[in-house]
Amino acid sequence: MNMMSEAAVEKALDKKMNDMSYKMIGNDVSVYYGEKRALFDVNLNVRENTVTALIGPSGCGKSTFLRTLNRMNDTIEGCRVTGKITLDNDDIYDKEIDVVELRARVGMVFQKPNPFPKSIYENIAYGPRIHGLAKNKADMDQIVEASLQRAGLWTEVKDRLHEGGTGLSGGQQQRLCIARAVAVSPEVILMDEPCSALDPIATAKVEELIHELRANYTIVIVTHSMQQAARVSQRTAMFHLGQLVEENDTDKMFTNPDDQRTQDYIMGRFG
Amino acid sequence: MVSTHILSAYDEELKYLNRRISEMGGLAEQMCGDAVRALVNSDTALAQKIISDDVILDHAEREIQDKAIVTIAKRQPMAADLREIIGTLRIAADLERVGDLGKNTAKRVIAVQGTGVPRKLARGLEHLSELALVQLKDVLDVFSSRSAEKAEIIRQRDEEIDAMYTSLFRELLTYMMEDPRNITSCTHLLFCAKNIERIGDHATNIAETIYYIKTGAQLEGERPKDDTANTVGALVE
Repeated sequence: MNMMSEAAVEKALDKKMNDMSYKMIGNDVSVYYGEKRALFDVNLNVRENTVTALIGPSGCGKSTFLRTLNRMNDTIEGCRVTGKITLDNDDIYDKEIDVVELRARVGMVFQKPNPFPKSIYENIAYGPRIHGLAKNKADMDQIVEASLQRAGLWTEVKDRLHEGGTGLSGGQQQRLCIARAVAVSPEVILMDEPCSALDPIATAKVEELIHELRANYTIVIVTHSMQQAARVSQRTAMFHLGQLVEENDTDKMFTNPDDQRTQDYIMGRFG
Repeated sequence: MVSTHILSAYDEELKYLNRRISEMGGLAEQMCGDAVRALVNSDTALAQKIISDDVILDHAEREIQDKAIVTIAKRQPMAADLREIIGTLRIAADLERVGDLGKNTAKRVIAVQGTGVPRKLARGLEHLSELALVQLKDVLDVFSSRSAEKAEIIRQRDEEIDAMYTSLFRELLTYMMEDPRNITSCTHLLFCAKNIERIGDHATNIAETIYYIKTGAQLEGERPKDDTANTVGALVE
């Protein structure tokens, strides 16, 4: 039994959030897709052990910004990133940086659950194997179980670990993808609309999971659901037309935002 | 309002709440004005009307509550919209209380009917009620204009009502000491004076709510008070 109450844990995390130096720092980040500029000098810092939500209308640059944090944009042809992004003070766009290594430290969960067409076990074991995180079978079993536990999926799948991952329900698949991201012990987890393909109950389970993961990871989540941002995050950043409009405590953001554009967007008004 | 919602039905719902608050405000104001008039003129028919009008006010408050709750459930309001709806609930509750105070004053008309109200006291009560009703009327105007500055000014003005109430309190005390036969009617009048003074307090609450709706910040600190009636007894001893 945990000696600390839920509230005490929350409070400790909030204190840590406010004391800690930033986990990731984005300095004058601009992104170009060929000629088209998608992000304009964004300065946004991500706090450790904090859920940061990125909100804004479609095409505002929030997903683009999210993808710069683990260099997912590298895979898009014609995409160019300027400015500086650091992870624990290391420039992640430095030539010395191993991108595979970076993406192990900064994991990602996508909009649509995308398990590998392999067994549940193999879905989790794949990452740790290529990164050489397990010395033997027992080690790997342990990692698989711990990851599924963390993702709140263990009790549901422990008797069918060797069945296909694609046979799970949508919500279970998404939690499998989160377990897969967690398996390589990342420091930061990026989530790009992780619940948009899920029903309300599966969404609630993923949100509960995000809440729990905060204790061990730093999370950045892009979401179209304002209510979701309000529910799961401690900090919220609002993007509009490629610019960072406002970044604030989530509680403040959804009751009394500073910027008129944030106000109009979250209240569903015409700008 | 600067811009409208993408969902026009949402705007309609907020407008409905606004309109109902204005209606409640108008009725509450009228009830309180009539109550003092009925008291001064010993008009029991008017008093009866006020007592039955209170049902309308109670009903309006419940309707506003129901509508606000449905709107919250349906629209999941954020920021200014959320403050607006929560503020509406608070203001409706204040206005319902104002109606109760008017009704309570009306009930006492029947009790003091036999003895009547001494002219001097009647003037005092009328003056107190004028001040309170101006507060109420002004705060309802501010509800329409949504001026945070004006809301703050109204909040400051409650001091005047408190001072007037304290002086009425002293006067009533003097009457009672002069002749114990005055005690029954004076006690009723004292309650009436307190009722009217409380209307001013509710107007102040509404002003604070409007300030919150508009700015998202709570008015800090103790508001100015000049109600020293609580300690008047100590002076007599």
